Amino acid sequence: MIPGGYGLPPSSKILKKDRLPSFLERLLEERIVFAPVRRGEVILIREIHAPSEVVLEYENAKESPKSIFFPEREPLFRYRTEKGKVEVDIPPGRERSRVVFGIRPCDARGLLLLDKVLGGEYRDPYYFDKRAETLVVSLACDHPNPSCFCLSMGGGPCSPEGSDLLLLDLSDGYLAEAVSERGAALLEDPAFEKSDEESLAVAKKIKRESEVSMKPVAMKENLEEHLERVFDDPVWKDLTETCLGCGICTYLCPTCYCFDLCDEAAGSSGERIRVWDSCQFPLFTQQASGLNPRPTAKERFRQRIMHKFSYLPKSQAMLGCVGCGRCVTECPVNLDIREVVKSLSGGNGG
Amino acid sequence: MQQLTNEIRAIARKLLREKKVEVVIGFERGSMPLRSRPCFIRKEEEVNRLFWDGFCENALAVYLPKRKERAAIVAKGCDSRAVVELIKEKQVQRDRVILIGVPCRGMVDRSRIESSAAPRRILEMREIEDTLILRGTDFEETLKRSEFLHESCKTCTHPNPVLHDVLVSEWLEEKNEDPFADIQTFDALTAEERWDYLNKEVDKCIRCYACRNACPLCYCPECFVDASLPQWIGKSIDSSDTMIFHLMRAYHLAGRCVSCGACERACPVGVDIRKLNRKLVKDVKDLFGYEAGLNLEQTSPLATFRPDDTESFIVNP
Ligand code: SF4
Ligand code: SF4
Ligand code: SF4
Ligand code: SF4
Repeated sequence: MIPGGYGLPPSSKILKKDRLPSFLERLLEERIVFAPVRRGEVILIREIHAPSEVVLEYENAKESPKSIFFPEREPLFRYRTEKGKVEVDIPPGRERSRVVFGIRPCDARGLLLLDKVLGGEYRDPYYFDKRAETLVVSLACDHPNPSCFCLSMGGGPCSPEGSDLLLLDLSDGYLAEAVSERGAALLEDPAFEKSDEESLAVAKKIKRESEVSMKPVAMKENLEEHLERVFDDPVWKDLTETCLGCGICTYLCPTCYCFDLCDEAAGSSGERIRVWDSCQFPLFTQQASGLNPRPTAKERFRQRIMHKFSYLPKSQAMLGCVGCGRCVTECPVNLDIREVVKSLSGGNGG
Repeated sequence: MQQLTNEIRAIARKLLREKKVEVVIGFERGSMPLRSRPCFIRKEEEVNRLFWDGFCENALAVYLPKRKERAAIVAKGCDSRAVVELIKEKQVQRDRVILIGVPCRGMVDRSRIESSAAPRRILEMREIEDTLILRGTDFEETLKRSEFLHESCKTCTHPNPVLHDVLVSEWLEEKNEDPFADIQTFDALTAEERWDYLNKEVDKCIRCYACRNACPLCYCPECFVDASLPQWIGKSIDSSDTMIFHLMRAYHLAGRCVSCGACERACPVGVDIRKLNRKLVKDVKDLFGYEAGLNLEQTSPLATFRPDDTESFIVNP
């Protein structure tokens, strides 16, 4: 079963904040633990070795946690050729199971899209080797950022989708809600106490207020069809004119998964690696003949939008955006995907 | 700020009406507080989108090379220097660009403002002279603008446009402080310490190339990192490859970098790209007496051949 598939009715417990360190200690004994940590000015999701490293008072991590499952550089195999024979070494799978602790619900939900795309008929063993053995404990957002729009993308600031366990900050403790069987097993830890009616009521109120505080993104119904119709509309040029064609929006995105395969070789041996790639780069579609079917930023940016809002909804029944807002805050020219979607929904052209 | 905005709009309107240019490249209000962003104005009725405040941080000259239209560009000191350099390098034709010069008081670093307000969230910002008034759901706070400038703006010695066709507002007094104090501190470290520092910075890099793409002087049709025949460097974030990317880029910009800071501002993960570029800016100034983009006359060091060059780095004397 893919983690985060909801096998169980929600059961919940309370984790008092002063007991969190002991819970993390026990997790660390059994698993490799990834959690939000401070690195200079930014928060990143990194492996931790002590509970004190964890920062839970944060907006969202600068980079999405996808690299834990789909690293920027992934060795696929090593090879050696000798006297016409080729030897291939595939790296061993993961030995220790892992847990990703304290990520945001949008990012947890993003994993569900990666599961769909990298799963299915041609299952990606490298991804699922990490994914299957990794528990996801996420932290609900009680104060979403102005750049967040998960609710409009089908998720929500307290959405359990993609998590095994969902924590919600009640100020002196967290309400922990089991989403999967594996999440429920975590609740057996002695750090958790029984929850009560009052905590559940407070949690409900926080959830409601959090959702109400989010500005909805105006999105046309059947946008996926509409986009096909406006594919050749001149509006794309106006929308994308300021784009610099960098990799920020795709590399930071929790759901972008495009990659390149290359060999790093010296003499007769080498390594085949998978590295991230981006549809925003000209090289992504550059053909050996010299032709580039997506010659300018316009075609490349359009691809990004079409993929997220038309192709993926059609092929995977899920939007390719979970509304984390990273591309909104980090784009150097503030090319805001919410405005793009709104403008394309507005019926100009088509 | 409103006055500058009005002046820019009036100039743009006139240029478009008189068909002096086909497009005005300037700034408009962004989609969030503390953000302004580039915009392209082609119609007179759209000039009111143009806007000016302390967050107009992008280096607009990046949009000039290969542009077929006759363009006007809103230019701070650094932008004008980038245009000068681009004209010298034959990427922009002087008679096809109009510079709307704006003397610049320095651009504000939004991440510093955000961290000073954290964990409170800023929902609205107003800029009046040297103050920034921030407002959130349950707070209002006034900050001194000049205390939150970008690094590149703090050490900027040319806030006034070095080249302009129209000027907005008044000339500012130019500072005379040593702009290279940070580089002297860096120079004073041992080679090993410098190497460690650079490695630590480069390790953050995700190779999104935003630094390169935001740079007005990085306009090569094919960047060396993208070449595949031959492939000069590996594609991954292995630190040796990332380091090569940064070192080579810095060298390719030696004597050309105008210290606009666009690269480090674009970087999403805060790599200190500035150290390398500024170090080379300083070296080029010390060794060849050249500062990029100050005028159209002086020959660039890379384009200079002098038989009497001392070559003191090879032989003595
Ligand atoms: S939209 Fe922004 S982040 Fe994305 S490629 Fe363009 S400039 Fe870069
Ligand atoms: S497209 Fe932007 S907002 Fe949507 S998931 Fe990706 S980074 Fe987040
Ligand atoms: S290297 Fe950086 S500071 Fe120098 S011109 Fe390019 S963007 Fe500006
Ligand atoms: S912008 Fe930053 S992360 Fe991106 S390539 Fe440049 S240094 Fe690396």
